[in-house]
Amino acid sequence: MKELLNLFYVFARIGAFTFGGGYAMLPIIQKELVEKRGYATEDEIIDYYAIGQLTPGVIAVNVSTFIGYKKKGLIGAIFSTTGLVFFPIIIITLIAAVLTSFADNYYVQCALTGIRAAVLGMVVKTIIQMAKKGAIDIFTWIIMIVSFILMLLGAQAVFVVIGAALFGLVIKNIKDKCKKEEQQ
Amino acid sequence: MSTLFTLFLEFFKTGLFAIGGGLATIPFLSEMATKYPWFSQETLSDMIAIAESTPGPIGVNMATYAGYTAQGIIGGIVATAGLITPAYIITVIVAKIFEKFKNSTLVQNAFYGLRPAVAGLISAAAWSLFKMTAFDAKIAEVFKNFSAVNLKTLLEYIDFKVLALFAIFTFVFLKFKKIHPILLIAIGALCGIVFKMA
Repeated sequence: MKELLNLFYVFARIGAFTFGGGYAMLPIIQKELVEKRGYATEDEIIDYYAIGQLTPGVIAVNVSTFIGYKKKGLIGAIFSTTGLVFFPIIIITLIAAVLTSFADNYYVQCALTGIRAAVLGMVVKTIIQMAKKGAIDIFTWIIMIVSFILMLLGAQAVFVVIGAALFGLVIKNIKDKCKKEEQQ
Repeated sequence: MSTLFTLFLEFFKTGLFAIGGGLATIPFLSEMATKYPWFSQETLSDMIAIAESTPGPIGVNMATYAGYTAQGIIGGIVATAGLITPAYIITVIVAKIFEKFKNSTLVQNAFYGLRPAVAGLISAAAWSLFKMTAFDAKIAEVFKNFSAVNLKTLLEYIDFKVLALFAIFTFVFLKFKKIHPILLIAIGALCGIVFKMA
């Protein structure tokens, strides 16, 4: 039970401090789940994130379900995902009920710009870490750069991810074959 | 009761078919606005603004807000439950399969290509947030008339306060490994207000 409540608590924290898209929660996930608690490794987070791009639904929910399931099965996944949406539901309900002009408020806008600068600064570190793990040779560097460019040109993430997986399969196969032949 | 059921079903559909981040839910919500008396197209733009300026996944925020305008507090909860249920079910199935096959050569080889792609994807998402935050929206128009671009007009569209704050945060977060992201977010909000960054 304690571990279930822990899952809920950790993801409630993550949900309460994620501003922006799913990638904005990566720095907090890394801190809370990888460094502080060891619930997942950095590689696993990258893998879950990739799978989250391929499967339908909110990516943050994909990731929370994945980690909750890995820790404590079906019930664990329910606790982690409920935790993730706990504060957003309360905050949005309050705003919808009494503060509909919230987003137009000057100070809210100021605070958000500052938060975005902070999130961006933290995401730089996440990207560096991920690039180190992912771009390990010339082919993976190419995959990373091409994915980046395709996304800037407005490609759908699903197709970029599927393309990268297929490309990876082919290249890795050829690489392994070459290695074998060298050894012989 | 039947409205709650329809709410759940509509958001279940949204959760099932909106692939790629919270903003992918907008076309579905727009369709709901024309189909049901829950909320109007005009409220939709307010919803987007609020969903983006409050913590939490954008898709979840949108669902809670839309559900609340349709059916009050219960509506908000039901709509959110509808949105996340497909992701929950599918992820549990995928997690089961993944645990079994994650060490297979096929899966490992696919991840050889997937990992760098994810880094590229996140860089692209970060870049668009960076553009939005550090540059004036009008900068795109400047580039349309390319011959008229000069350094002075260009500089007017760059928000140097934001750039400086971004540089400081990047340095601090890379340098001090112990610092907690939540603390930096709070400092960011404070700096935004103190230096009037809107």
